[in-house]
Amino acid sequence: MVVFDKPHALADVPMHYCPGCTHGIIHRLVAEVLDELGIEGRTIGIAPVGCSVMAYDYFNCDMIEAAHGRAPAVATGVKRADPDKHIVFTYQGDGDLASIGMAETVHAAARNENITVIFVNNAIYGMTGGQMAPTSLPGQVTQTSPYGRDVKHCGFPIRVCEMLSELEGPEYLERVTVNSVKNIRAAKKAIKKAFQNQIEGKGFSLVEVVSSCPTNWGMTPQAALQWIEEKMLPYYPLGVYKDRTAEEAQV
Amino acid sequence: MSQKSFLFSGFGGQGILFAGKFLAYKGLTDGKQVSWLPSYGPEMRGGTASCGVIISDEPVGSPIVTNPDILVAMNLPSLDKYESAVNPGGIIFADSTLIERKVERDDVTVYYIPATKLAGENGIPTLANMVIMGKLLAVLGDNSEEGIAAALGKVISARKAAMYDANYTAMKLGADYE
Amino acid sequence: MADKVLMKGNEAIAEAAICAGCRHYFGYPITPQTEIAAYMAKKMPKIGGTFLQAESEVAAINMVYGVSATGHRVMTSSSSPGVSLKAEGLSYMAGADLPALIVNVQRGGPGLGGIQPSQSDYFQATRGGGHGDYRMIVLAPASVQEMASLTVKGFDLADQYRMTTMILADGTMGQMMEPVALDFAENKAPAKDWATTGTDMKRPHNVVNSLYLDPAALERVNFERYERYAYIEEHETMYEEYMMDDAEICVAAFGIAARVSKNAVNEARKQGIKVGLLRPITLWPFPKAPFRAAADRVHSFISVELSMGQMIEDIRLATECKKPVTLCNRAGGIIPSPEQVLEAIQQAAKNGGAK
Repeated sequence: MVVFDKPHALADVPMHYCPGCTHGIIHRLVAEVLDELGIEGRTIGIAPVGCSVMAYDYFNCDMIEAAHGRAPAVATGVKRADPDKHIVFTYQGDGDLASIGMAETVHAAARNENITVIFVNNAIYGMTGGQMAPTSLPGQVTQTSPYGRDVKHCGFPIRVCEMLSELEGPEYLERVTVNSVKNIRAAKKAIKKAFQNQIEGKGFSLVEVVSSCPTNWGMTPQAALQWIEEKMLPYYPLGVYKDRTAEEAQV
Repeated sequence: MSQKSFLFSGFGGQGILFAGKFLAYKGLTDGKQVSWLPSYGPEMRGGTASCGVIISDEPVGSPIVTNPDILVAMNLPSLDKYESAVNPGGIIFADSTLIERKVERDDVTVYYIPATKLAGENGIPTLANMVIMGKLLAVLGDNSEEGIAAALGKVISARKAAMYDANYTAMKLGADYE
Repeated sequence: MADKVLMKGNEAIAEAAICAGCRHYFGYPITPQTEIAAYMAKKMPKIGGTFLQAESEVAAINMVYGVSATGHRVMTSSSSPGVSLKAEGLSYMAGADLPALIVNVQRGGPGLGGIQPSQSDYFQATRGGGHGDYRMIVLAPASVQEMASLTVKGFDLADQYRMTTMILADGTMGQMMEPVALDFAENKAPAKDWATTGTDMKRPHNVVNSLYLDPAALERVNFERYERYAYIEEHETMYEEYMMDDAEICVAAFGIAARVSKNAVNEARKQGIKVGLLRPITLWPFPKAPFRAAADRVHSFISVELSMGQMIEDIRLATECKKPVTLCNRAGGIIPSPEQVLEAIQQAAKNGGAK
């Protein structure tokens, strides 16, 4: 009896991620959801620029590599080309989604574009070697904030779910994390809902996954998961920030 | 080779571009080569609007009308601006309701038509442009009923068929004005 | 043949694109090409197509990238400053070998410049516009009819060679009305087995991508792409010659500059000056062959441009500087007059090819 197997939607190739990186977990959760919903064959994924740039090699569904920050615009094109068939997701990091691509993010949300956005927030630019991100915490030491992020000099980190929740457009916004088995299960549930929403035509669904970067945070994987709990979650509280369908059901 | 260039100029809202478009269609339905080029940009917002039309037996080269054979000036700034540009021997049609001065040149033929007044008196205040058009076609000897009908059919959509009669009335007013 | 209708150049592009099977348009308002967006906004919902006003030029070109990746015909249009913003997307599309039609109805620059007609984006268009080694097919219409027919042709070329085609027009071409016949056969995009439309669990996944971390692999795709470009240079140049048979002076101009130049050539001929007009229709690939041939016959060239002199460099390259090339130009949104071009022709006749 097979008790543990690779999801079909996840390609059987070695990944390039650092030891202890949570991208692998999040990839797996997305792939499991594609399997469970039976949508791999009609799904097109959009990879970002950042650590997960090569996600196009890791999923077995059709994949497109987008320019930095432009994944929501590319996803808009793909979705509108065949809205009945195409299931479209973007997989983006914090620099991609919340810095260079903020306009594309906000406007896709405002249009309630019927796509699923997986937003991996690890508060740092990983691929380029650990620079300050739009979500780096106040005081956080990075390569480009060597004395700690000084909010008087370079401003405050952006809480994406909270910000987008002010828009009428989006259907569903939830922040989850993957620093424990329990939280991973909750994260999968949110990701599944974000795809289910798209299948049902409900619209823009974004799941922000608070994630770790042991390499660039300069920590062991274990300590990094602890840092999520102690530093990240107080600034980025978990929870559902918008769920239009649930809100309308309550009224 | 026969080629005539026209310049229509006036305030935005006087139907300058429409008049030019009608004339271009008139040329097209008469089997000629035509071009129509408007001024564009902020100057269209309430300022001076103009468009150049060329009607030719041969393919039109430059569509830009700098020195028109025929100028239609619907307001004073237009006459001030373009009077000197008209080719010697050319024709100027001026809306004398809005232009009080006379044309200073003596090497062009001038027709003064109180188009705005005529249009207003006859309940078609927005069609001063077509009153002048009527005179223009009459002067050019190009005002057969069939020709006008064919061109009007092109520029007025079936939905606005009521406008057809009004335009025809306007042109008749202009043609009959002495 | 279909009845001819009077249409603005911008509208002719939009209608021709629909005739060519384009059902997806993304754009952002900018003068003097907004009629294209307005036309699409009206038409697309009625024929099951997509018109979407994007939040920026950057987003618009990336929406184009997304549709193109799924194999459908798609276009965007803009004017000079907006095309600069699209340059990133154009480079990515080149890197991913994606076809699309881009329209640039040029206005004066640089910067915000002005809104009057210009040809000063020639370098940007013919050299690709964005970063990296790549080309776009660049078509330069000189009439409203060509605005339409080159749009249809542009989609075909883009699909055939898997690259972007740009219609490089100017404010005059966009705003003027001329009779146009829109009797194109309905075009269907060819089958695109590379498109990302979902695997249907029947094939390995397709990937649309411009990233190659292995330099040898990246070099290989660049060389392959340039073999394709060489083929295009060999087979796809278009140009028009006017009174070139016995010409001693060659006026070179495209778009509105060619229309103005034709008047001047006619006038000069009346004065007994043997002058002709060579009008490139493809700016890339540049029609080198007729220029090379002309260089053996004429004593001088005049490049008439609405810029500070950009195409003149391609003329010098094509003719290997065998004969003098002078510039007759206006810039900033001003169009040279036929008289100005005539003076340049008279000057060239007087110089007789002396350098």
